[in-house]
Amino acid sequence: MTPTTALPPWASEGTHRIPFGVYTDEQLHQRELQRFFYQGHWCYVGLEVEVAEPGDFKRTSIGERSVIMTRSADGEIHVVENVCAHRGMRFCRERHGRAKNFVCPYHQWGYGLDGSLKGVPFQRGVRKGDQVHGGMPADFNPAEHGLTRLKVARRGGAVFASFDHGVESFEDYLGPTILGYYDRLFNGRPLKLLGYNRQHIPGNWKLMQENIKDPYHPGLLHTWFVTFGLWRADNESALKMDARHRHAAMISTRGQAGEAGQVTAVSSFKSRMQLNDPRFLDIVPEPWWGGPTAVMTTVFPSVILQQQVNSVSTRQIVPDGHGAFFFEWTHFGFADDDAAMTERRLRQANLFGPAGFVSADDGEVIEFSQQAFDSTPGGHTLAELGGRDVGDTGHMVTETLIRGMYRYWREVMEAGE
Amino acid sequence: MNAQTLYEIAQLHADYAAAVDAGDWDAWVALFTEDCVYRIVPRENFERGLPLATLAFDSRAMLQDRVYAIRETLFHDPYYQRHVVGLPRLLSQDDAGLRCEANYAVFRTKLSQLSTVFNVGRYLDRVVHTPAGWRFAERVCVYDSEMIPNSLIYPI
Repeated sequence: MTPTTALPPWASEGTHRIPFGVYTDEQLHQRELQRFFYQGHWCYVGLEVEVAEPGDFKRTSIGERSVIMTRSADGEIHVVENVCAHRGMRFCRERHGRAKNFVCPYHQWGYGLDGSLKGVPFQRGVRKGDQVHGGMPADFNPAEHGLTRLKVARRGGAVFASFDHGVESFEDYLGPTILGYYDRLFNGRPLKLLGYNRQHIPGNWKLMQENIKDPYHPGLLHTWFVTFGLWRADNESALKMDARHRHAAMISTRGQAGEAGQVTAVSSFKSRMQLNDPRFLDIVPEPWWGGPTAVMTTVFPSVILQQQVNSVSTRQIVPDGHGAFFFEWTHFGFADDDAAMTERRLRQANLFGPAGFVSADDGEVIEFSQQAFDSTPGGHTLAELGGRDVGDTGHMVTETLIRGMYRYWREVMEAGE
Repeated sequence: MNAQTLYEIAQLHADYAAAVDAGDWDAWVALFTEDCVYRIVPRENFERGLPLATLAFDSRAMLQDRVYAIRETLFHDPYYQRHVVGLPRLLSQDDAGLRCEANYAVFRTKLSQLSTVFNVGRYLDRVVHTPAGWRFAERVCVYDSEMIPNSLIYPI
């Protein structure tokens, strides 16, 4: 089958009708991995604070390939693929740790933290009498057999990497608008790691990007948001994209004026409903917000950067075949947070994650969409709220960010080899 | 601590499992003290000293808020839970209460689907004797099943 025949049929040039096939085809999935995760893109690998000291490492994934982020003795951060150059073994089994070097247990090939090959047992064979038995060929050059090294970008305490050493700069990749929101969160203050949540969601990985490019659902699916006044239709809001429409920021500022009921035509709103313990929503504005109370940034394809009031996290997307993905949450704060702010961030984390008051249902709806995609060939989703075109808006009543992402998806996926 | 105490704590654990397996959330809440702590924590965070919990409640009022969310706001696939709890291991007793722990396994059964292992781990408890009987002042569920199969709605 030639690559182009694997592409699902789109109803038109537009991207407001998305064929179910983009979520269900394994060949297409392999092409996505190649074109989005392994070429031409930067993928999230972690926070610098996760490898704070020389020798620290963290194992993670880019697409479906296992990689390790390390900090070497000189303080540099490296990202290397977790594939031994000898027999291809994924040698690193710990999820994090500290090491002077890596040794693949199979034949004890040893690597530096930068991925360079340091030692090959019996490279020069075994001497017996005046004979040398075996060994690697005389022209075997260890310098040519290190681990696959990725290009690394560090900015403001977060680390991204790319298998593609020809990729544009990280700053150009994000573009000035999204970079502005990135820098708002990662403005160089030292971070404090709070911990992880992990979930496995049986749906195509793109559905999670779409979920955070979809401001239509929060006030409707997440009735907890509405019930307790965190989402209101009079929230001042904006949607912004990079020039290629692959990344986006959903920016909102909590409405202050008037009875929320007057502006929230949603049946689940209950103006008299109060939390039994209001500390879930003990929100204290922080100077770095610069106004917005929530900014959700989707960095295509691998991560979502979350600021929801005082709760900040990265949400990493790791595909697991066409029909599932791992979703890994890293919550953090800032080193200069006082104890009360740390406690506040931890308490507001109850809203998010696999059990979150407003996030648990996202995984559920993704699962149920995927069920239908897999069983109903020829179907399509409809993304026409706010029109059929693509562009920034000053409101949330639109699916323009989803249309934008698929415009970019088509550009990349439909291009020739 | 004696055989009678062990019996009473085992009974408390059995009552807890019965409440959550029946979906009797009022009974669940009633097993805690007013200023209780309830947390569901991935073992990874627990062992590394990272403070993040998957759910972290610091009062019975917060448990009641979770019950409201379960009943009224969280959309999810309906499922049954079945807890199998090991014998309690009594650790120490002082003015703050009795510290004990127990292994647990929670099986999840979605409607018309096969039963699966949903969450396994260990309860770390501090229980206190009240006029109404033993109650949880603290229950921390430290779970080995760090990769949650989609979402976690009900208490563990």
